[in-house]
Amino acid sequence: METVKYLVRRFAFLVLVVFAAGTLNFFLPRLTGQDPIRSRLLDEMKNGASFASGISDLVKVYDEKFGLDLPLWHQYLNYLGDMSRLDLGQSFTSYPRTVAQLIGDALPWTVGLLTVTTLVSFALGSLLGALVGWPKSPAWIRAIAPPVFTLAAIPYYLLGLAMLWLFAFELHWLPGSGGYRIGTIPSHTWKFAFDVLQHSVLPALSIILSSVGFWALSMRSMMVGITSQDYVAMAEAKGLTNRTILVRYGLRNVMLPQITALALELGYVVSGTILVEVVFTYPGIGLLLFNSIKLADFPVIQGIVFTLIVSLAVATLILDLALPFLDPRIRRRA
Amino acid sequence: MADATIANTTNEPRKASGSAVKEVLGYLRRNPALAWGIGLILLLVLFFVFATLQVSSFTEYRPLSVRPRLPPSLQYPLGTDTQGRNLLALNALGLLGTLSIGLGAGFIGVVVATLLAFIGAYFGGRIDAVIRLVVDIGLSIPTILLLVIIAIAFHGLTLWQMALVVSMTAWIRPTRIIRSQVLSLRERAYVEVARMSGMGGLEIILKELLPNLMPLIFANFVASITHAILASIGLEALGLGPADNPSLGTIIYRVILYQGIIQGLWWWWLAPIVLIILIFIALFLISVGLDELADPRLRTTS
Amino acid sequence: MTAPILQVRDLRVQYRTPRGVVQAVDGLSFDLYPGERLGLVGESGSGKTTAALSLLRLIKPPGHIVGGKVVLDGQDLLALPEEGMRHVRLAQIALVPQGAMSSLNPVLLIREQILDGLRDHETGLSSRAQTARVNELLAGVGLEPAVAGMYPHQLSGGMKQRVCIAIAISLRPKVIIADEPTSALDVVVQRRVMETLGKAQEEIGAAVILVGHDMGLMAQFVNRIGIMYAGQLMELSPMKPMFQKPLHPYARALIENTPSLAVKAIPRSIDGSMPSLMELPSGCLFHPRCSYALAACTTERQTLREVRAERRVACWRAEDIAAGAPANAGAATAAGALSPDAAPEKIGLNA
Repeated sequence: METVKYLVRRFAFLVLVVFAAGTLNFFLPRLTGQDPIRSRLLDEMKNGASFASGISDLVKVYDEKFGLDLPLWHQYLNYLGDMSRLDLGQSFTSYPRTVAQLIGDALPWTVGLLTVTTLVSFALGSLLGALVGWPKSPAWIRAIAPPVFTLAAIPYYLLGLAMLWLFAFELHWLPGSGGYRIGTIPSHTWKFAFDVLQHSVLPALSIILSSVGFWALSMRSMMVGITSQDYVAMAEAKGLTNRTILVRYGLRNVMLPQITALALELGYVVSGTILVEVVFTYPGIGLLLFNSIKLADFPVIQGIVFTLIVSLAVATLILDLALPFLDPRIRRRA
Repeated sequence: MADATIANTTNEPRKASGSAVKEVLGYLRRNPALAWGIGLILLLVLFFVFATLQVSSFTEYRPLSVRPRLPPSLQYPLGTDTQGRNLLALNALGLLGTLSIGLGAGFIGVVVATLLAFIGAYFGGRIDAVIRLVVDIGLSIPTILLLVIIAIAFHGLTLWQMALVVSMTAWIRPTRIIRSQVLSLRERAYVEVARMSGMGGLEIILKELLPNLMPLIFANFVASITHAILASIGLEALGLGPADNPSLGTIIYRVILYQGIIQGLWWWWLAPIVLIILIFIALFLISVGLDELADPRLRTTS
Repeated sequence: MTAPILQVRDLRVQYRTPRGVVQAVDGLSFDLYPGERLGLVGESGSGKTTAALSLLRLIKPPGHIVGGKVVLDGQDLLALPEEGMRHVRLAQIALVPQGAMSSLNPVLLIREQILDGLRDHETGLSSRAQTARVNELLAGVGLEPAVAGMYPHQLSGGMKQRVCIAIAISLRPKVIIADEPTSALDVVVQRRVMETLGKAQEEIGAAVILVGHDMGLMAQFVNRIGIMYAGQLMELSPMKPMFQKPLHPYARALIENTPSLAVKAIPRSIDGSMPSLMELPSGCLFHPRCSYALAACTTERQTLREVRAERRVACWRAEDIAAGAPANAGAATAAGALSPDAAPEKIGLNA
């Protein structure tokens, strides 16, 4: 019964976040009292002779839902209706492709990059932080900590710029732009997979390098806290090996708040990744966002923002639901 | 250890208040993180001072004011970019701009956060619940995304509009932290005593809670500045920066847009990156130092 | 008399703090015999917990064991390498901890917390034997086998402490150190936990050192009692004679202030509180508060000496007190009654 209540509350929150994302997406661009999308669309119609027919269709469709003759609340409801059907609209600049198609092309790249880098840096960072916070760790581990922590203070993409210069421009070790070699056609071959992998190394490395320190920092402070717990003292009195104490009494307990931290910081990780993609012209959501901003393709921008917020909310929900399986205390409360 | 502490502090003569500077310096020696952080900030100030002395005119931050693509020289210590900007002038003004945005947004953020935290604690009930819900929703939306759609509405932001935009998200995290601290302070004994002695809610907030929260609020101010600068640079790097006022993130944006790295103009991107990193490390060290100042258990002096 | 199982000689423990060195345990010596129950009593900050934990070498910096010997069954524990000491813990000398509520890992099953001790001491039980052993240990402390499959938050405080006792006896140690094992429990539960501890101890034939400040609880449990003050033993005597006629003025004050036992007199009181361990008085550490103090007491310290058969007292006037000498006139004009609980916590491990 308690569990059902928790689930209902948690899902209600998800719905609320999605609703908030839609609402913000509708109202924030209209903050100045004008509809920037509309004015942008009209501009495009005036200039864009090449696909004028397509654009004028667009204007017609747009005016039906968001026309000036409609009251704001009606437009708002139309917008929410579109979002709930995941109808993200049309791109101005890549017409006739829809926003959903553009995002669909870009999303796998971002999800792949994000998953691998987050898992690797979370695991490495947590382990490093745990060892640094553990009083019986060898001294060399504590010696490597400060430089790693310092890297955490640097935004991913700035590290990315430096790595792009060093490894792609100066040393020519790795490709520094794109997701695969220009001219190749994406296919399910080993050759292509290797190409993709090669192109992902630098973006991934710059994310991992600077986020390892972040996870290590958060883990260290929690680990230091745990070493003063009574049950750790009891574990020592039981004559357990250092390994057992570290793993079963230290790590096992610290993992829970650390995973909560992961859920909280996912947004930060996503923001960082967006810009890393831009630096390496990696064909994910981030680059699509950058290009859409450059071209003022507002529906694509809004679509990306909405998609990312919803994906993040779902990811957080999954982490939250996973937590009770790791923590018997929440399991009962939940 | 209580006895020992009392015994020793009475033996130590109190220092005269005249040597306040000495005392601060003495404290900084015991708190190296804070000292280094402040030192780095001074280094940035020094950089700006150097720029004012060296640059013939700050208007050279505009394109086409000097010869483009010049590597660092005595005349242009940081070189020039592909569009003929004097990079020393640009970086100095950019530093000023970025720091202003950070300070402005950070200040607004922490003031709003403190107000919301107290409003929540004072009124409690439904108002507190709404604040909490909004904060929770805000926390699950990445700052940069929110800012991207806000920035869409404005064409060509000014520096202060930029600060305002960034401050729209800068209050979320501090509100959460300060609110939980207010709630825990409210349960402490001395607040109870104050309440029983007939103090009103507002009086308790101003006389008892606020002074106790100052270290935390200040720490959150620093955190808020960090977040605001991070967000503003990110926004600028995406091409949504202020149109006319220089800022460090906008320099990064142009480096990315015009492929400054592939072109081999290392002086173009090195300076802003170093400046940004110095800002972040300085803020990081200051916040570490402030933690020590705020947490009595870590404090080594009375 | 049989040979002692544990001999402690001149044990010294210091806390090195930025403000100076604290002598938490200062020249502690005693013998513990097989099957015996020895109580260590004192106010907070008397060094009793530090002393107990240093027998297991569980003192953490800034605490340091700076001297002495702890000989367990012929082996000096203080001379062992760290890994050797690890093997001794639980297997030969086990701890029943102070914080019953928080001494179990909240995210591990009780079964696992009993078994990891067995595993790390290479007992090599098959999984069926492990289950049997867990059930047997739980039964030994009066708990259902179902407890093995529970998490600590599903147990009451008393049950948690029973689990800790089960863990402590799981390898049949020679010595069990029970550090205020019932401090977090209510009175009724306290009693039952102590009974459980006693039963378990008798079953495996271990000796127990019970650390605490509750004289009433001590009186019901121990055979012999050592009274600690400022890191030193003031008196070490069998329980009965100690309670009938304490020979050290401090022991006397403590016992007379125990409500259930002080039927014969109005509770007396003692001036002052325990001295700062960093600025100890000269001579006998207790003399500033002692109502029997002589001039000699302010300059010369008496060490523990045999005053009567089996009774060792660190006081110049032990014989006089035994003979019924009166207190100094006007000495006991105190305000606050001395109670073992009243003094604030002063030493790290107690805090």
